Amino acid sequence: MQTEDLINALKADNARQPMSLGRTWRVALAGATLAAAVVFWLSLGLRPDFLAAAHTARFLFKFVATLMLASAAFELVRALSRPGSNVVRPALFLAAAPVVLALAVLAELVAVPSDQWRTVWWGTNISTCLTFIPVIGLAPLAVFLLALRHGAPTRPAVAGAVAGLLAGGLSATFYAAHCPDDSPLFVATWYSIAIAGLALLGAILGPRVARW
Amino acid sequence: MSGQDEEELAMLLQAAIAGDEKAYAAFLRRTGALVRGFARRRIIDGSLDPEDIVQETLLAIHTKRHTWRSDAPVLPWVFAIARFKLIDAFRKRGRRVEIEIDDIIDTVAQQETERVSERDMRRVIDALTPGQRSVVAAISIEGHSIGETAAKYNMTETAVRVTLHRGLRAIAKKFGRS
Repeated sequence: MQTEDLINALKADNARQPMSLGRTWRVALAGATLAAAVVFWLSLGLRPDFLAAAHTARFLFKFVATLMLASAAFELVRALSRPGSNVVRPALFLAAAPVVLALAVLAELVAVPSDQWRTVWWGTNISTCLTFIPVIGLAPLAVFLLALRHGAPTRPAVAGAVAGLLAGGLSATFYAAHCPDDSPLFVATWYSIAIAGLALLGAILGPRVARW
Repeated sequence: MSGQDEEELAMLLQAAIAGDEKAYAAFLRRTGALVRGFARRRIIDGSLDPEDIVQETLLAIHTKRHTWRSDAPVLPWVFAIARFKLIDAFRKRGRRVEIEIDDIIDTVAQQETERVSERDMRRVIDALTPGQRSVVAAISIEGHSIGETAAKYNMTETAVRVTLHRGLRAIAKKFGRS
Protein backbone atom coordinates (compact mmCIF):
# COMPACT_ATOMS: atom_id res chain seq x y z
CA MET A 1 0.00 0.00 0.00
CA GLN A 2 1.37 3.41 -0.91
CA THR A 3 1.43 5.99 1.82
CA GLU A 4 -0.91 8.19 -0.20
CA ASP A 5 -3.44 5.30 -0.24
CA LEU A 6 -3.19 5.01 3.52
CA ILE A 7 -3.83 8.74 3.84
CA ASN A 8 -7.02 8.29 1.78
CA ALA A 9 -8.24 5.70 4.25
CA LEU A 10 -7.26 7.72 7.34
CA LYS A 11 -8.92 10.84 5.95
CA ALA A 12 -12.15 8.92 5.34
CA ASP A 13 -12.07 7.68 8.94
CA ASN A 14 -11.77 11.19 10.40
CA ALA A 15 -15.47 11.63 11.08
CA ARG A 16 -15.29 9.62 14.31
CA GLN A 17 -13.35 11.51 16.90
CA PRO A 18 -12.23 9.45 19.91
CA MET A 19 -12.94 10.80 23.39
CA SER A 20 -10.45 13.50 24.31
CA LEU A 21 -7.71 12.32 26.63
CA GLY A 22 -8.33 15.11 29.13
CA ARG A 23 -11.93 14.03 29.48
CA THR A 24 -10.88 10.38 29.68
CA TRP A 25 -8.67 11.11 32.68
CA ARG A 26 -11.38 13.11 34.44
CA VAL A 27 -13.87 10.30 33.96
CA ALA A 28 -11.27 7.74 35.07
CA LEU A 29 -10.47 9.70 38.24
CA ALA A 30 -14.16 10.01 39.13
CA GLY A 31 -14.81 6.31 38.43
CA ALA A 32 -11.73 5.18 40.36
CA THR A 33 -12.62 7.35 43.35
CA LEU A 34 -16.13 5.96 43.38
CA ALA A 35 -14.87 2.37 43.13
CA ALA A 36 -12.38 2.92 45.96
CA ALA A 37 -15.10 4.52 48.11
CA VAL A 38 -17.46 1.60 47.61
CA VAL A 39 -14.82 -1.01 48.48
CA PHE A 40 -13.73 1.07 51.48
CA TRP A 41 -17.24 1.42 52.93
CA LEU A 42 -18.05 -2.23 52.36
CA SER A 43 -14.83 -3.56 53.84
CA LEU A 44 -13.53 -1.12 56.47
CA GLY A 45 -15.45 2.11 57.05
CA LEU A 46 -14.34 5.06 59.18
CA ARG A 47 -12.60 4.49 62.45
CA PRO A 48 -14.93 4.96 65.47
CA ASP A 49 -13.16 8.06 66.79
CA PHE A 50 -12.97 9.72 63.36
CA LEU A 51 -14.39 13.09 64.50
CA ALA A 52 -12.12 13.37 67.52
CA ALA A 53 -9.10 12.31 65.46
CA ALA A 54 -9.89 14.95 62.85
CA HIS A 55 -8.55 17.54 65.29
CA THR A 56 -5.10 15.99 65.64
CA ALA A 57 -2.18 17.01 63.46
CA ARG A 58 -0.87 13.48 62.95
CA PHE A 59 -4.21 12.25 61.64
CA LEU A 60 -4.59 15.19 59.28
CA PHE A 61 -1.04 14.85 58.02
CA LYS A 62 -1.83 11.37 56.70
CA PHE A 63 -4.22 13.00 54.25
CA VAL A 64 -1.70 15.67 53.31
CA ALA A 65 0.78 12.92 52.42
CA THR A 66 -1.62 10.67 50.52
CA LEU A 67 -3.34 13.49 48.64
CA MET A 68 0.01 14.99 47.67
CA LEU A 69 1.02 11.65 46.24
CA ALA A 70 -2.28 11.16 44.44
CA SER A 71 -2.46 14.62 42.89
CA ALA A 72 1.19 14.57 41.77
CA ALA A 73 0.85 11.06 40.34
CA PHE A 74 -2.29 12.15 38.51
CA GLU A 75 -0.42 15.03 36.87
CA LEU A 76 2.50 12.80 35.93
CA VAL A 77 0.48 9.90 34.55
CA ARG A 78 -1.53 12.30 32.40
CA ALA A 79 1.69 13.74 30.98
CA LEU A 80 3.09 10.24 30.41
CA SER A 81 -0.01 9.29 28.42
CA ARG A 82 0.66 12.05 25.85
CA PRO A 83 3.64 11.63 23.52
CA GLY A 84 6.14 14.47 23.64
CA SER A 85 4.77 16.20 26.72
CA ASN A 86 7.01 17.65 29.38
CA VAL A 87 7.25 15.21 32.27
CA VAL A 88 9.99 16.93 34.27
CA ARG A 89 7.76 19.31 36.19
CA PRO A 90 5.16 16.76 37.26
CA ALA A 91 7.99 14.33 38.12
CA LEU A 92 9.53 16.92 40.46
CA PHE A 93 6.12 17.55 41.97
CA LEU A 94 5.79 13.81 42.58
CA ALA A 95 9.25 13.66 44.16
CA ALA A 96 8.12 16.32 46.65
CA ALA A 97 5.68 13.88 48.29
CA PRO A 98 8.33 11.57 49.82
CA VAL A 99 10.40 14.63 50.82
CA VAL A 100 7.48 16.03 52.82
CA LEU A 101 6.92 12.60 54.35
CA ALA A 102 10.59 12.38 55.32
CA LEU A 103 10.38 15.79 57.01
CA ALA A 104 7.35 14.58 58.97
CA VAL A 105 9.31 11.51 60.03
CA LEU A 106 12.12 13.73 61.31
CA ALA A 107 9.63 15.89 63.23
CA GLU A 108 8.10 12.74 64.73
CA LEU A 109 11.51 11.46 65.82
CA VAL A 110 12.06 14.76 67.63
CA ALA A 111 8.58 14.85 69.18
CA VAL A 112 8.43 11.24 70.36
CA PRO A 113 10.87 9.89 73.02
CA SER A 114 13.16 7.31 71.49
CA ASP A 115 11.93 4.48 73.71
CA GLN A 116 8.52 4.78 72.06
CA TRP A 117 9.70 4.87 68.45
CA ARG A 118 9.23 1.19 67.97
CA THR A 119 5.71 1.27 69.41
CA VAL A 120 4.43 4.01 67.09
CA TRP A 121 6.38 2.60 64.17
CA TRP A 122 4.79 -0.83 64.40
CA GLY A 123 1.39 0.47 65.52
CA THR A 124 -1.45 -2.03 65.74
CA ASN A 125 -2.61 -2.43 62.19
CA ILE A 126 0.25 -3.47 59.90
CA SER A 127 -1.45 -6.44 58.29
CA THR A 128 -4.70 -4.51 57.68
CA CYS A 129 -2.69 -1.73 56.08
CA LEU A 130 -0.69 -4.08 53.86
CA THR A 131 -3.87 -5.87 52.82
CA PHE A 132 -6.42 -3.14 52.31
CA ILE A 133 -4.39 -0.43 50.60
CA PRO A 134 -3.73 -2.84 47.71
CA VAL A 135 -7.29 -4.23 47.84
CA ILE A 136 -8.96 -0.80 47.72
CA GLY A 137 -6.47 0.32 45.06
CA LEU A 138 -7.02 -2.60 42.71
CA ALA A 139 -10.14 -1.33 40.91
CA PRO A 140 -8.68 2.21 40.58
CA LEU A 141 -5.49 0.72 39.10
CA ALA A 142 -7.56 -1.16 36.52
CA VAL A 143 -9.42 2.03 35.61
CA PHE A 144 -6.21 4.05 35.27
CA LEU A 145 -4.58 1.36 33.12
CA LEU A 146 -7.59 1.51 30.80
CA ALA A 147 -7.19 5.28 30.58
CA LEU A 148 -3.51 4.73 29.71
CA ARG A 149 -4.60 2.33 27.01
CA HIS A 150 -6.74 5.08 25.51
CA GLY A 151 -3.68 7.33 25.65
CA ALA A 152 -0.33 6.71 23.99
CA PRO A 153 2.38 6.15 26.62
CA THR A 154 5.82 5.97 25.03
CA ARG A 155 7.17 4.59 28.34
CA PRO A 156 4.39 2.19 29.27
CA ALA A 157 6.17 0.54 32.21
CA VAL A 158 6.90 3.90 33.85
CA ALA A 159 3.39 5.10 33.09
CA GLY A 160 1.96 1.89 34.58
CA ALA A 161 4.05 2.35 37.73
CA VAL A 162 2.81 5.92 38.14
CA ALA A 163 -0.76 4.70 37.58
CA GLY A 164 -0.03 2.33 40.49
CA LEU A 165 1.19 5.23 42.64
CA LEU A 166 -1.97 7.13 41.78
CA ALA A 167 -4.17 4.15 42.66
CA GLY A 168 -2.15 3.71 45.86
CA GLY A 169 -2.40 7.37 46.85
CA LEU A 170 -6.14 7.33 46.27
CA SER A 171 -6.60 4.07 48.15
CA ALA A 172 -4.40 5.20 51.04
CA THR A 173 -6.46 8.39 51.38
CA PHE A 174 -9.51 6.26 52.12
CA TYR A 175 -7.59 3.77 54.20
CA ALA A 176 -6.15 6.58 56.37
CA ALA A 177 -9.69 7.38 57.52
CA HIS A 178 -9.95 3.87 58.95
CA CYS A 179 -6.47 3.22 60.31
CA PRO A 180 -5.88 4.08 64.00
CA ASP A 181 -2.11 4.40 63.48
CA ASP A 182 -1.31 8.04 62.79
CA SER A 183 2.45 8.26 63.32
CA PRO A 184 4.44 9.40 60.27
CA LEU A 185 6.79 6.52 61.12
CA PHE A 186 3.96 4.08 60.49
CA VAL A 187 2.78 5.87 57.35
CA ALA A 188 6.25 6.22 55.85
CA THR A 189 6.93 2.51 56.27
CA TRP A 190 3.78 0.49 55.84
CA TYR A 191 1.76 2.74 53.57
CA SER A 192 4.81 3.04 51.33
CA ILE A 193 5.27 -0.72 51.10
CA ALA A 194 1.60 -1.23 50.25
CA ILE A 195 1.63 1.54 47.62
CA ALA A 196 4.89 0.24 46.14
CA GLY A 197 3.14 -3.08 45.59
CA LEU A 198 0.51 -1.38 43.45
CA ALA A 199 3.21 0.54 41.57
CA LEU A 200 5.02 -2.70 40.82
CA LEU A 201 1.82 -4.30 39.57
CA GLY A 202 1.19 -1.25 37.39
CA ALA A 203 4.71 -1.42 35.97
CA ILE A 204 4.19 -5.06 35.03
CA LEU A 205 0.73 -4.54 33.52
CA GLY A 206 1.38 -1.18 31.80
CA PRO A 207 3.30 -2.52 28.77
CA ARG A 208 0.76 -5.31 28.33
CA VAL A 209 -2.40 -3.25 28.65
CA ALA A 210 -1.28 -0.02 27.01
CA ARG A 211 0.26 -1.53 23.89
CA TRP A 212 -0.16 0.58 20.75
CA MET B 1 11.22 27.05 8.88
CA SER B 2 10.41 24.78 11.77
CA GLY B 3 8.36 27.51 13.40
CA GLN B 4 6.35 27.79 10.23
CA ASP B 5 5.89 24.02 10.02
CA GLU B 6 4.74 24.02 13.60
CA GLU B 7 2.19 26.75 13.08
CA GLU B 8 0.76 25.37 9.86
CA LEU B 9 0.59 21.80 11.11
CA ALA B 10 -1.16 22.93 14.28
CA MET B 11 -3.72 24.82 12.22
CA LEU B 12 -4.29 21.86 9.91
CA LEU B 13 -4.67 19.41 12.77
CA GLN B 14 -7.06 21.71 14.59
CA ALA B 15 -9.18 22.01 11.44
CA ALA B 16 -9.02 18.24 11.01
CA ILE B 17 -10.27 17.61 14.53
CA ALA B 18 -13.12 20.02 13.81
CA GLY B 19 -14.05 17.71 10.90
CA ASP B 20 -12.19 19.12 7.87
CA GLU B 21 -11.12 16.11 5.77
CA LYS B 22 -9.00 18.09 3.33
CA ALA B 23 -7.06 19.71 6.14
CA TYR B 24 -6.55 16.28 7.66
CA ALA B 25 -5.15 14.85 4.41
CA ALA B 26 -2.84 17.85 4.09
CA PHE B 27 -1.72 17.41 7.68
CA LEU B 28 -0.97 13.71 7.15
CA ARG B 29 0.89 14.36 3.90
CA ARG B 30 3.15 17.00 5.44
CA THR B 31 3.66 15.01 8.60
CA GLY B 32 4.46 11.94 6.50
CA ALA B 33 7.13 13.89 4.64
CA LEU B 34 8.74 14.99 7.92
CA VAL B 35 8.66 11.49 9.36
CA ARG B 36 10.13 10.13 6.11
CA GLY B 37 13.18 12.34 6.53
CA PHE B 38 13.42 11.40 10.18
CA ALA B 39 13.26 7.66 9.43
CA ARG B 40 15.63 7.75 6.43
CA ARG B 41 18.29 9.48 8.43
CA ARG B 42 18.16 6.90 11.17
CA ILE B 43 17.87 3.70 9.17
CA ILE B 44 21.36 3.68 7.75
CA ASP B 45 21.92 -0.05 7.45
CA GLY B 46 18.90 -0.82 5.28
CA SER B 47 17.47 -3.20 7.87
CA LEU B 48 14.10 -1.44 7.78
CA ASP B 49 12.09 0.25 5.07
CA PRO B 50 11.66 3.89 6.12
CA GLU B 51 8.28 3.96 4.38
CA ASP B 52 7.03 1.27 6.80
CA ILE B 53 7.91 3.61 9.66
CA VAL B 54 6.10 6.47 7.91
CA GLN B 55 2.95 4.38 7.56
CA GLU B 56 3.08 2.96 11.08
CA THR B 57 3.57 6.45 12.45
CA LEU B 58 0.71 7.95 10.43
CA LEU B 59 -1.61 5.18 11.54
CA ALA B 60 -0.56 5.67 15.17
CA ILE B 61 -1.07 9.42 14.82
CA HIS B 62 -4.52 8.70 13.47
CA THR B 63 -5.66 6.27 16.17
CA LYS B 64 -4.09 8.45 18.87
CA ARG B 65 -4.90 11.91 17.53
CA HIS B 66 -6.96 12.64 20.64
CA THR B 67 -3.73 12.55 22.66
CA TRP B 68 -2.67 15.87 21.13
CA ARG B 69 -3.66 18.84 23.28
CA SER B 70 -4.74 21.65 21.01
CA ASP B 71 -2.66 24.17 22.99
CA ALA B 72 0.51 22.04 22.84
CA PRO B 73 3.08 22.10 20.02
CA VAL B 74 2.48 19.49 17.28
CA LEU B 75 6.03 18.63 16.23
CA PRO B 76 7.29 17.24 19.56
CA TRP B 77 4.14 15.12 19.65
CA VAL B 78 4.66 13.87 16.08
CA PHE B 79 8.33 13.04 16.59
CA ALA B 80 7.71 11.34 19.94
CA ILE B 81 5.30 9.01 18.14
CA ALA B 82 7.72 8.51 15.22
CA ARG B 83 10.58 7.69 17.62
CA PHE B 84 8.41 5.26 19.51
CA LYS B 85 7.43 3.49 16.29
CA LEU B 86 10.99 3.43 14.98
CA ILE B 87 12.43 2.01 18.20
CA ASP B 88 9.61 -0.50 18.26
CA ALA B 89 10.36 -1.61 14.70
CA PHE B 90 14.05 -2.06 15.48
CA ARG B 91 13.22 -3.95 18.62
CA LYS B 92 10.90 -6.30 16.77
CA ARG B 93 13.81 -7.24 14.57
CA GLY B 94 15.92 -7.94 17.63
CA ARG B 95 18.08 -4.85 17.36
CA ARG B 96 19.04 -2.45 20.07
CA VAL B 97 18.75 1.14 19.12
CA GLU B 98 19.37 4.46 20.71
CA ILE B 99 17.90 7.62 19.36
CA GLU B 100 18.87 10.96 20.77
CA ILE B 101 16.06 13.31 21.60
CA ASP B 102 17.90 16.30 20.15
CA ASP B 103 18.00 14.54 16.80
CA ILE B 104 14.52 15.85 16.40
CA ILE B 105 15.64 19.40 15.88
CA ASP B 106 17.73 18.77 12.79
CA THR B 107 14.94 16.78 11.21
CA VAL B 108 12.26 19.35 11.41
CA ALA B 109 13.10 21.41 8.37
CA GLN B 110 13.46 18.54 5.97
CA GLN B 111 10.52 17.06 4.19
CA GLU B 112 11.04 14.22 1.78
CA THR B 113 8.86 12.65 -0.85
CA GLU B 114 8.07 8.99 -1.08
CA ARG B 115 10.07 6.97 -3.55
CA VAL B 116 7.71 5.21 -5.91
CA SER B 117 7.95 1.53 -5.28
CA GLU B 118 5.66 -1.42 -5.25
CA ARG B 119 4.97 -1.89 -1.58
CA ASP B 120 4.27 -5.17 0.06
CA MET B 121 0.50 -5.30 0.33
CA ARG B 122 0.39 -8.44 2.41
CA ARG B 123 1.82 -6.62 5.36
CA VAL B 124 -1.36 -4.61 5.65
CA ILE B 125 -3.92 -6.92 4.09
CA ASP B 126 -3.15 -9.93 6.30
CA ALA B 127 -4.64 -8.13 9.27
CA LEU B 128 -8.05 -7.75 7.62
CA THR B 129 -11.16 -9.83 7.13
CA PRO B 130 -12.33 -10.16 3.49
CA GLY B 131 -15.07 -7.55 4.02
CA GLN B 132 -12.67 -5.08 5.60
CA ARG B 133 -10.19 -5.79 2.83
CA SER B 134 -12.56 -4.74 0.04
CA VAL B 135 -13.71 -1.60 1.86
CA VAL B 136 -10.19 -0.50 2.84
CA ALA B 137 -8.90 -1.18 -0.68
CA ALA B 138 -11.79 0.68 -2.32
CA ILE B 139 -11.20 3.79 -0.21
CA SER B 140 -7.42 3.75 -0.03
CA ILE B 141 -6.04 2.28 -3.25
CA GLU B 142 -8.96 2.98 -5.58
CA GLY B 143 -9.57 6.32 -3.91
CA HIS B 144 -13.36 6.00 -3.69
CA SER B 145 -15.39 8.07 -1.26
CA ILE B 146 -17.47 6.54 1.53
CA GLY B 147 -20.59 7.04 -0.58
CA GLU B 148 -19.11 5.43 -3.70
CA THR B 149 -17.87 2.49 -1.69
CA ALA B 150 -21.30 2.05 -0.12
CA ALA B 151 -22.91 1.99 -3.59
CA LYS B 152 -20.27 -0.38 -4.95
CA TYR B 153 -20.76 -3.00 -2.24
CA ASN B 154 -24.43 -2.31 -1.62
CA MET B 155 -23.79 -1.26 1.98
CA THR B 156 -25.04 1.69 4.01
CA GLU B 157 -22.59 4.56 4.50
CA THR B 158 -22.59 3.86 8.23
CA ALA B 159 -21.63 0.25 7.62
CA VAL B 160 -18.78 1.37 5.35
CA ARG B 161 -17.55 3.80 8.00
CA VAL B 162 -17.67 1.15 10.72
CA THR B 163 -15.92 -1.42 8.52
CA LEU B 164 -13.21 1.05 7.56
CA HIS B 165 -12.72 2.05 11.19
CA ARG B 166 -12.43 -1.55 12.34
CA GLY B 167 -10.09 -2.38 9.48
CA LEU B 168 -7.77 0.49 10.36
CA ARG B 169 -7.80 -0.53 13.99
CA ALA B 170 -6.88 -4.08 13.00
CA ILE B 171 -3.96 -2.79 10.93
CA ALA B 172 -2.85 -0.51 13.77
CA LYS B 173 -3.01 -3.44 16.16
CA LYS B 174 -0.88 -5.50 13.82
CA PHE B 175 1.63 -2.68 13.63
CA GLY B 176 1.60 -2.39 17.43
CA ARG B 177 3.92 -4.13 19.82
CA SER B 178 3.92 -7.87 19.63
